[in-house]
Amino acid sequence: MVGTAPAGPTRRRLAGPALFVAVGLLLVAVAPAVLSPFRLDLLGKYLCYAIVAVGIGLAWGRGGMLTLGQGVFFGLGGYAMGMHLKLREAGPGGLPDFMVWSGVESLPALWRPFANPVFALAMVVLLPVTVAVLLGLLVFRQRVRGAYFAVLSQALAAAFVILLVGQQGLTGGTNGLTNFQMFYGLDLYQPGDKRILYLVVVGVLGAMFLLAWQLSRSRFGQLLVAVRDGEDRVRFLGYEPAVVKTIAFAVSAGMAGIAGALFVPMVGLLSPANLGIVASLELLVGVAIGGRFSLAGAVGGALLVNYAKTIFSEESADNWIYLQGAMFVVVMLWAPRGLAGLAADLRTAVRHRRRRPPRSVPAPLPSGTAAVVANRAEEPA
Amino acid sequence: MTELLRVRGLNVVFSGFRAITELDFTVSGGELRFLIGPNGAGKTTLIDVITGLTRPASGSVRFAGTELLGRREHQIVRLGIGRTFQTSVVFEQLTVLENLDLAATFRRPLGTLLRRRRGIADQVAEALETTGLAELADRPAGVLSHGQRQWLEIGMLLAQRPSLLLLDEPVAGMSRDERARTGELLRQVAKEHTVIVVEHDMDFLRRFASTVTVLHEGRLLCEGTVAQVQADPRVQEVYLGRTRKESAELVKEAS
Repeated sequence: MVGTAPAGPTRRRLAGPALFVAVGLLLVAVAPAVLSPFRLDLLGKYLCYAIVAVGIGLAWGRGGMLTLGQGVFFGLGGYAMGMHLKLREAGPGGLPDFMVWSGVESLPALWRPFANPVFALAMVVLLPVTVAVLLGLLVFRQRVRGAYFAVLSQALAAAFVILLVGQQGLTGGTNGLTNFQMFYGLDLYQPGDKRILYLVVVGVLGAMFLLAWQLSRSRFGQLLVAVRDGEDRVRFLGYEPAVVKTIAFAVSAGMAGIAGALFVPMVGLLSPANLGIVASLELLVGVAIGGRFSLAGAVGGALLVNYAKTIFSEESADNWIYLQGAMFVVVMLWAPRGLAGLAADLRTAVRHRRRRPPRSVPAPLPSGTAAVVANRAEEPA
Repeated sequence: MTELLRVRGLNVVFSGFRAITELDFTVSGGELRFLIGPNGAGKTTLIDVITGLTRPASGSVRFAGTELLGRREHQIVRLGIGRTFQTSVVFEQLTVLENLDLAATFRRPLGTLLRRRRGIADQVAEALETTGLAELADRPAGVLSHGQRQWLEIGMLLAQRPSLLLLDEPVAGMSRDERARTGELLRQVAKEHTVIVVEHDMDFLRRFASTVTVLHEGRLLCEGTVAQVQADPRVQEVYLGRTRKESAELVKEAS
């Protein structure tokens, strides 16, 4: 028993990175080889949602901020990128197609700087982050939290959509921005170029995952959990919880923005329907089902739910929304930690069975709480 | 002894109710001061004002020459004032060690916050040692007993290296053994820090208090050693008018 004891923790420590590498290889090497260009495009789209999911995992899972308006940040990043791509296509002095249709005669001032590719890329991150920082400081300093914050973030998504739809000449209205052909030198109608774009998406997802992972195992991550579980107590650790929450919220907004910017060339269009209340909720449902306390669970949930959505919508579009709602309710009622939580419970159960009787181990803790807490603690991978 | 905390002309009003009236209160550096009084005397309110939780109507609270009123809670903590609460709040998902480590981080450069904890910082090791929680360092704080939680809270305060500690009823709900241990811990902590303790427990007070301040209905009633305070007829009257058991204890002790 004593001799085999160290093997357990080591194997567990390596299990996370091993899974990361395996999934990475599957996405980079296997998927492009076996999937048709159409399916690969769909996978790329799911991966964009998975990038948002990583951010939600950080803000909601770690920080306890139920953000129902992540579509806003997704949209800000997406429109920043979309505007640049439209201007690129129109060429110097030209107008984007939808402006011509709605009778706009000269390029609006808001659009002009987006002709610069570097400016557009910077805005993809800066716009959502700035909005999140302003909102966060304003709202969190006033100690608005819980359901109030959730409702507020959802209202923001609704307002954003109304704004976009209302400014037909500036944003393309309900139709949004469509017909993208080029993305930084890649021809979006060429499967080969599209595959490169897909690999970019995979790379960005990997990078965002590692960033969120590092953040959540750092002291900042612990502080974030502390804010989630006892915001008022954190003040007496010498930190302003509003700042801690705002940082996590801004990081998640930045990730959503980047995801939106990749979604635009990947899918070829961006409209208010992609970022309104329903879209924002769908992003969240994926994370809830996968398991919000685990970053891997959040990513897995986003992929799974969006894949299921495609499959079921191909059969019959209407039933999907009921199925999704039912899944959400079931998970919230019986598995609040999502599929990742179930997997962790299963692993613990198997490990306990294998190790019995644990004579050299100290007496078990008084209640089941210890095991539950331990599971949660080891979930970040 | 130098003056560390100086409260002058403090008035706290909660929607018409005067919680504290014209209070003057001074604590010198290195003191172990007990704050007692019947329910509603304003003890916890005073602590809340000092730590920034409650805003007074008027008055002044100076700590080592710095005005505290108008500052936010975390800023006051950074000036070197730490507090515990009546109901202990530790972070149950984090281990004992992580709780202590987190309490100690705000004095370090910002970069350390973005990295993972490696090893144990000096002040964290000291806090583990002082509170006797070293063996439980890697346990999640959620499994601690009530007494251990209070000690962890005190440990978290120590890890912050404050110059003034405010403890709000540290032995409430503790067993006899736990009270004795907490008292010893308090003695040890008081050697190196200035401590203000709000306490109801008379037995605990007699064993560990040096100077006692009695509050009554938001005003300062009297101040002195335990014996002086217990002999004061006004104190006896206040306690007689309130809870029979405590006042009986006071009278018995005084006679």
